[in-house]
Amino acid sequence: MTEQQQLSSPLHSQESRELSSVAIRFAGDSGDGMQLTGTRFTTESARVGNDLATRPDFPAEIRAPAGTLAGVSAFQIHFGSEEIFTAGDELDVLVAMNPAALKANLGDLKQNGMLICNTDSFTERNLERIGYETNPLDDEALKTKYTVVPVAITTLTMEALKESSLPKSSLEKCKNFFALGVVCHLYSRPIAATKEWIGRKFKGKAEVAKANEEALLAGVAFAEASEYFPSVYEVRKASLAPGRYRNLTGNQGIAFGLLAAAEKSGLHLMYAGYPITPASDILHEVARYKALGAMTFQAEDEIAACGAALGASYGGQLGVTASSGPGILLKQETIGLAVMAELPLVIIDVQRAGPSTGMPTKTEQADLIEVLYGRNGESPVVALAISSPADAFWTAFEACRIALEYMTPVFLLSDGHIGNGSEPFLIPDVETLSAIRPPFIREKPEGESFFPYLRDEKTLRRSWAIPGTPGLEHRIGGIEKQDIVGNISYDPDNHQRMTDLRAERIRRIAMSFPETKVEGAQKGDLLVLSWGSTYGAVAGAVKESLSEGLSVGHVHLRYLNPFPNDLEGIFSRFTKVLVPELNMGQLALLLRARYLRDMASFSKVKGQPFGISELKRRFREEIQGIH
Amino acid sequence: MAEQTQTLTKKDFETPQDVRWCPGCGDYAILAALQRLLPSLGVAREKHVFVSGIGCSSRFPYYMNTFGFHTIHGRAPAIATGLKLANPDLTVWVVTGDGDALSIGGNHFMHLMRRNVNLNVLLFNNRIYGLTKGQYSPTSEQGKVTKSTPFGSLDHPVDPASLALASGATFVARALAVDAKGLAAVMQEAVEHQGTSFVEIFQNCNVFNDGAFDDFGERQVRETKQVVVEDGKPLLFGKDHSQGVSFGSDFLPRVVEGADLAQATVANRSNKRLAQLIASLPFPEFPVPMGVLYQETRATYDALAWEQVETVKKNSAKSSIQAILDSGDTWVVS
Repeated sequence: MTEQQQLSSPLHSQESRELSSVAIRFAGDSGDGMQLTGTRFTTESARVGNDLATRPDFPAEIRAPAGTLAGVSAFQIHFGSEEIFTAGDELDVLVAMNPAALKANLGDLKQNGMLICNTDSFTERNLERIGYETNPLDDEALKTKYTVVPVAITTLTMEALKESSLPKSSLEKCKNFFALGVVCHLYSRPIAATKEWIGRKFKGKAEVAKANEEALLAGVAFAEASEYFPSVYEVRKASLAPGRYRNLTGNQGIAFGLLAAAEKSGLHLMYAGYPITPASDILHEVARYKALGAMTFQAEDEIAACGAALGASYGGQLGVTASSGPGILLKQETIGLAVMAELPLVIIDVQRAGPSTGMPTKTEQADLIEVLYGRNGESPVVALAISSPADAFWTAFEACRIALEYMTPVFLLSDGHIGNGSEPFLIPDVETLSAIRPPFIREKPEGESFFPYLRDEKTLRRSWAIPGTPGLEHRIGGIEKQDIVGNISYDPDNHQRMTDLRAERIRRIAMSFPETKVEGAQKGDLLVLSWGSTYGAVAGAVKESLSEGLSVGHVHLRYLNPFPNDLEGIFSRFTKVLVPELNMGQLALLLRARYLRDMASFSKVKGQPFGISELKRRFREEIQGIH
Repeated sequence: MAEQTQTLTKKDFETPQDVRWCPGCGDYAILAALQRLLPSLGVAREKHVFVSGIGCSSRFPYYMNTFGFHTIHGRAPAIATGLKLANPDLTVWVVTGDGDALSIGGNHFMHLMRRNVNLNVLLFNNRIYGLTKGQYSPTSEQGKVTKSTPFGSLDHPVDPASLALASGATFVARALAVDAKGLAAVMQEAVEHQGTSFVEIFQNCNVFNDGAFDDFGERQVRETKQVVVEDGKPLLFGKDHSQGVSFGSDFLPRVVEGADLAQATVANRSNKRLAQLIASLPFPEFPVPMGVLYQETRATYDALAWEQVETVKKNSAKSSIQAILDSGDTWVVS
């Protein structure tokens, strides 16, 4: 990874050094504005043209007691001139706004990494509160291991703002912009966009805008003059595909993908949700875009949200609901009804660590079995998984396409890591996306009766006869249907036939999937099979392992049910298959059952994503086991 | 919108499916009343959608030759809300029962009432779980002996009309399944009302709770045991309207008669406080109030939702997903 020179000898003129990638974490108290600082730094880095990935990590509590470990909020960004796969295993720079932030994050700082601390908050009381007996900044061992940069950020901010008429408490809040100024200078980021942003954000509050801007400039000036920084660093732009970009979080990506699908199908997006971490931001995002004819409905509970979405689908629009694991459980009965009624429905699960309430702001991929098998009866649904924030747009669009064209509920799996993380997104020309064509039936077939469960021969999907269409009056519901006719039926052979048809029509959707791509080795020792948010870490680990001479191929699955038809053929080209997952081996379980083949499972449930180095270690072990 | 080209009759609303309610079930009367009412409304058949939950009453959609969705237990209000939002042209009916609406679906019931989605709710109240073969329901009287309560139920019952009022309903009415005339009149007003129209229909389950409403529903006692609430008229009941209900300055009800009859309280369906007092009149000390108890004009949720979309549309320069993706902090890589 990146070369980072030790910066112990103060120099008077700053030289500029080039780096290929840098990982920085801004950490502080929940109220310190670390998410904002990180987001602004991200925007400036994106504008420079770096590839990047971010990972916000914040407590579930809105404001845990100040200065405590529970209250630490952090934002990590990894940016580079090379392809960036993850937010970074190890940190080059840690900005710690208080002792709790230092204690909670120091373990991730690499040897010789830079530690920028706000010394003003290292008071006796704050140190004592988290169990430091002495000030860690005075510790010689710390100074030997890391490049410690003690800065009186609060004092310096207040001094820079001494002309301001704002109250002291407001001025203190500007200290995050001081810190941002320091780091922006250190990594040669422009600050123009942030200045503009401050102007927009505090429109009508000129004093506040001025104070924040001055704090930012004071930070830059400090970094320019400080002997702690003998060098500044340059991270050149990455070779990204040409086009217009924006930074996108996974939750935003989903919202935009849904809106695009609504536009491409000519339907209204009817989004029904109930607040839950980490899915609420999708609701917030869609709610902003009523100008596109999208409707949002904040229901009384998860069940009603799913019910309203299904009702909207029954009414002929694009019905979508979202939640996280606990809420998905509550929706399952309604999803079962959608299976029986054979209506389109998109259900988004932004997974978080469970079981039960678990760890709402921490990530996990442990809902796979829940979404596929968490309903009564034989109840097949389609399931797709998002691989990264930018991919959220595309996979959400694909989920809508399948739901609408095949008349089926489709699960869209995301997780907290994708939902809150961000990366550059190449904005597509929406014109070029293919139209979505739902199988509406607009009038009664001439001279014939209308049968609600008459199926398309090829796909086995039924037609979408929306209420209000003359001559198509019919009744549907959760009770077993007579094949074709749709009347209630308890006939044994009919139930067998309908169960078979429901399974077969989901299987046939795989015919519309693109060819499964194998990255890296096309055959050989080890195939790594991953899904969901582990994409970046696995792809990065595979790339590095290949360059180290290992025989590793990588398939990242978007389609989890049905599996792509060409998957089995790929397995046979490798000696071993390894399935890394942030759960106890759920995909591995499904694959073993389906393909009667051994799959090694690499599982992790710490509420944290995989790191590249732990994956590489495991790849090597697996391959050593072969030879 | 398809124009209605021919006059519809009751027959047009009948389906070929065998009706599977028990012989003698009160539901038959409600079905017939609906099938008689619908042709007279001037609404095309395909515009009617019946959405139901689970229970005996919820089989209703199968027997109406309209669009119908027999959904899951307690959730019809949620599904109907989504449907009406998606397709506001439709005349949506929610058919539910006392267990479906008030027990498993109690939460949705409350929120439907307060939101005032423009649809009609018909709650068939038989004060028993019928389809699961006879357990006490949330409207069963305390002490009810059933299979699940062999020593008598302990729960105090809920009054659906009072609950609807407390939840913010804009139309609350009561009717008796076997009183064809009264039922038709109430349902006619319910359809005409803009907003959530809540109609509680007392319906006899002749298998598991036979005679539950005889005390006030039998033809020979209706006159003395029911008070038909008519807007602007005093609350009179009894033979030749010889008795009245009067609320005093202490808000407590009294039966008045003779010289005091003039003190009978005058019904005013737009007075919510009065409606709440009337709805909760205790039986058998007082007659059971029937008819439209309350009505108010309030914007419907579906109308507000679409108005908001239209307003935002009008005030926004960005009318495509492309425009939104291209806006804000973007940069070009060449």
